[in-house]
Amino acid sequence: MTEFFQSELWQEAVKIFEAELISDIWQTIYSTVLSTLFAYIIGLPLGVLLVAGEEDGVMPIPRWLMNALNVVINILRSVPFLILMIIALPLSRFIVGSGIGTPAMIPPLIIAAFPFIARLVESSLRETDRGVIEAAQSMGATPMQIIRKVMLPEAMPSLISGAALAFATIMGYGAMAGIIGGRGLGFLAINYGLYRKIWIVKWAAVILLVVLVQIFQSAGTKLAVKSDKRITQITKRRKTR
Amino acid sequence: MSSEKPIIELRDVGKTFQSADGELVALEGVNIGIDEGDIFGVIGMSGAGKSTLVRCINLLERPTTGSVIFDGQDLTAMTPAELRASRREISMIFQQFNLLMQRTCLKNICFPMEIAGVKSEDAKKRAMELLEIVGLQDKANAYPAQLSGGQKQRIAIARALASDPKVLMCDEATSALDPTTTRSILALIKDINDRLGITAIIITHEMAVIEEICSHVAILDGGRVAEIGRVEDIFSNPQTEAARKLVYPDGMPVSFLKSERVVRIAFNGGSSYEPLIASLAIDCGVKVNILGADTRNVGGKAFGTMLIGLPNDPDEAEKAVAYICRQRDVTCEEVEYSHD
Repeated sequence: MTEFFQSELWQEAVKIFEAELISDIWQTIYSTVLSTLFAYIIGLPLGVLLVAGEEDGVMPIPRWLMNALNVVINILRSVPFLILMIIALPLSRFIVGSGIGTPAMIPPLIIAAFPFIARLVESSLRETDRGVIEAAQSMGATPMQIIRKVMLPEAMPSLISGAALAFATIMGYGAMAGIIGGRGLGFLAINYGLYRKIWIVKWAAVILLVVLVQIFQSAGTKLAVKSDKRITQITKRRKTR
Repeated sequence: MSSEKPIIELRDVGKTFQSADGELVALEGVNIGIDEGDIFGVIGMSGAGKSTLVRCINLLERPTTGSVIFDGQDLTAMTPAELRASRREISMIFQQFNLLMQRTCLKNICFPMEIAGVKSEDAKKRAMELLEIVGLQDKANAYPAQLSGGQKQRIAIARALASDPKVLMCDEATSALDPTTTRSILALIKDINDRLGITAIIITHEMAVIEEICSHVAILDGGRVAEIGRVEDIFSNPQTEAARKLVYPDGMPVSFLKSERVVRIAFNGGSSYEPLIASLAIDCGVKVNILGADTRNVGGKAFGTMLIGLPNDPDEAEKAVAYICRQRDVTCEEVEYSHD
């Protein structure tokens, strides 16, 4: 065992950890949070539109527009992230002025994530009971009031679970961005683990990513269950366990 | 409570749905006038168009033909904003309650006031008053999931009253509740009608509900109004097959009626049926078979119908019919039965 800690590989790994680990964890969290945030700014209204804009929805939009929206989302959803990232690099250069580094990876992340988020929001909103929307309509609520005061709040637990899922997925995408020099745990794993074959760094990065995803996922689930007033205290305890 | 002015008038309302397999006519040529302060029932078998009808009243479904007049104004001719304002005066409660599950009871009751722009403190004050009317003050901060079905419907009623409506529409409001709870909810609706003068429209498939509180009823069958009128008239003497099916849901015992003439006697709130049969035997010496009888208490008076088989002798049969027809508060008609 002592042999291992005296090995050159270990010494090198420790040096890398000391120099970069904290900053890489921070970069991962920061780029994920920022991308998720922006992706929601685009994806949330789109998801709402996908449900409310239907023919029998509360705010019908023209059918051709709905079809176009669906096609665009499906195309973006079916392009693998790695390819999307490379295609989107010129856009990064245009927006953040650089095609490499952490800021450069945020635009591709947003483009990859917002269609996914739109679909997540869509499926959450579809859970809303039609009867409740009908009740609101019968009270003379406007379409915007129904979206803001009925559909979104009633779907809140599901939206929160969806957000946790989105966050974990975006963190996974972000790790891939290590290839274009986006800093973070992915960069650590690719640069030192893959290219320089320091397996300790590779596995440490992977484990840290798993731990981060776990933390955010279970926090999201807890929050979702806590916010759900449809379930009683007893079933709640069972669910969070 | 009833005055002569109709608060809601459906004029030749029709609704056709377009579906993949063609057109579906849900309503056709429906003419109904509902007087202010009345409790008006709409009854029909499932699929008769009741739910479509009630949704056509507040235009949740837009009628394909005809017009809906509410308080003298044509709802079908209104702009969306005008329609929303009118909808606040026509409240609705539902079979599945349709409460906002993520809001407390108090916040649920505040909801219609919130969307109408009532100040939050005023809305809360009013919501507490309404909770008192429905007898659930202690549930203000409970969530709907913590309530029983009857309590949920009470909250829904309180919410429906929050916008000071002129009309309360109840779409199968008691169909998900047990008989005892149903009775208490109906009593609450009756009380609201009495005290606040709110016109109630009760949509149901249960005759018992109509009997309990309605003064007028329309019977829907296949998207058309089969019969419409005072509950006691329709109840004591249903004219159409649809009405008969609802009044006698279990049907009549007809298996042993072969070769006999059958007469149905309707009692319109005067005599009881036992003395009639007895006096028929004593005064005319005619004995008849009671094939079936069903009496009910409607609005404090005894109503019912009886099915009797006449003797096979034609003279005796005629004598019996003539005798029955002479009685007060009784109508009698000969009926034909298919013997299947």
